[in-house]
Amino acid sequence: MELKDLYRDVILDHNRQPRNFGRLDPADATADGHNPLCGDRLTVSLRLAGDTIADIRFEGKGCAISTASASLMSEAVKGHDRAAVHDLFTRVHALLTQPEAPADESLGKLAALSGVREFPSRVKCASLCWHTLNAALEHGGTISTEAGNEASSEGTR
Amino acid sequence: MSATPLRVATAAYDVERVRRDFPILARTVHGKPLTYLDSAASSQRPLAVIRAVDDYESRSHANVHRGVHALSQEATAAFEGARERVRRFINARSTREIIFTRGTTEGINLVAQSYGRARLGPGDEILITALEHHANIVPWQMVRDATGCSLVVAPIDTAGELIMEEFHRLLTPRTRLVAVAHVSNALGTVLPVAEIITAAHARGVPVLVDGAQAVPHTRVDVQALGADFYAFSAHKLYGPTGIGVLYGREELLTQMPPWQGGGDMILTVTFERTTYNELPYKFEAGTPNISGAVGLGAAIDYVESLGIDAIATHEHGLLEAATAALTQIPGLRLIGTARHKAAVVSFVMEGIHPHDLGTILDAEGVAVRTGHHCAQPVMDFFGIPATARASFACYNTLAEVQQLAAALRHAQEVFG
Repeated sequence: MELKDLYRDVILDHNRQPRNFGRLDPADATADGHNPLCGDRLTVSLRLAGDTIADIRFEGKGCAISTASASLMSEAVKGHDRAAVHDLFTRVHALLTQPEAPADESLGKLAALSGVREFPSRVKCASLCWHTLNAALEHGGTISTEAGNEASSEGTR
Repeated sequence: MSATPLRVATAAYDVERVRRDFPILARTVHGKPLTYLDSAASSQRPLAVIRAVDDYESRSHANVHRGVHALSQEATAAFEGARERVRRFINARSTREIIFTRGTTEGINLVAQSYGRARLGPGDEILITALEHHANIVPWQMVRDATGCSLVVAPIDTAGELIMEEFHRLLTPRTRLVAVAHVSNALGTVLPVAEIITAAHARGVPVLVDGAQAVPHTRVDVQALGADFYAFSAHKLYGPTGIGVLYGREELLTQMPPWQGGGDMILTVTFERTTYNELPYKFEAGTPNISGAVGLGAAIDYVESLGIDAIATHEHGLLEAATAALTQIPGLRLIGTARHKAAVVSFVMEGIHPHDLGTILDAEGVAVRTGHHCAQPVMDFFGIPATARASFACYNTLAEVQQLAAALRHAQEVFG
């Protein structure tokens, strides 16, 4: 367990200066994410062009991992369609939760999150934004890490 | 308190010897010596408690209050002996006033469900404070929703102190029950419970005190205090989890209906009617946590062997040192600066979320609690989602205070 694996420069940079921070108004889809155990809150808003994410913003309050993860996600998904985003989420999820996930070159900057898997209590911090994005793409509304959905089965706090 | 007696008392208090009583303190975490600063969440257990529980389980276990065989009698003697030990510790009049529970939370729920539901209705008010733990909020909301009574909250100021003028103003002819923490778990504020009880009693209003954070740090005499109900947990008092105490004045307990039904709480049962057992068994349905009670008794013995006043003096020294050390750290803001505090420092740091702090401190072997501390209304009041909280107990040292300060400075380096 190495702290510098968790708080890499990319993470610290995106925490200090989150990209795509704010809210799209009007938006084609929005969702709120909430981790009631640590108080993290996040809103993801999207503008869609057909099936493609034309623009994305996120806002909220959270720890460095949650803020940086949302920021990195927003850069990674812009311009991609649902299927591509879903595929990316699957690979990020594996990166965050599988102890021996092989290096995935195609993840680009998102690979900076690989240190999170050594810190089980922080996995939900990193995945909250992805679950929220998923909710925005599927139905909108609110998701919670503690509400018996998929997000609640990751790690512990 | 003048400086001289503090120094004398601290010198007489051999913290290194105390530490040797707690086996867990010898372990390392992530290759670093453990600096355990989370005793307000749960304290560690001394060998005396571990051995007492082990001894009971290894030699004397059987069910209590039934059976004439030797083990059942030994188990009953151990269980009831622990009840008497608790009675002496908090100076209750009688063991009939000592109800074993799973912990503080269950004790408050017992009063809410038994006393509250039977007596409260529309137009009645329960008065609590803005400092309460969720355990002293939610049970009353449940009573409110079941009976139609109202829940009134006395506000706090920016130091984290209860505003007594407001409390007195909100204590009205409609108030039927006051429920307050003795010590705030999130901020460490010591509430003026004696003044609160005097004011409430002047209006004939009974008072429940949530003593979970007070009992490990200060001598509690329920008769001198005049509390009508006083709830606490063993596991914050160096005892086991899953066992706690609800003290209730006999006069009130006698009038209250049972809360849960089952074995042990009855005298006779037919399908037509049941007569309930006498106090305290009326409120102890089912086989109790016998080894837990034994562990609690041993924990009280341990605390008394150190002396609760000596512990309090030692912890006060740690609080002063921690407050001084943390105030030196740029960008750190203490949350909760009441004049009277237990040894708890809650804080936030500019640019670093409490959960990041918690992880960085953990990597240094320093265990603190981060989050809302089951007191979300307190966090909302200060406009923050969470704090980091270091809490001190009988086994913590001044060197550990310095460890905490060093780890916090390291966190600032990590975040540049």
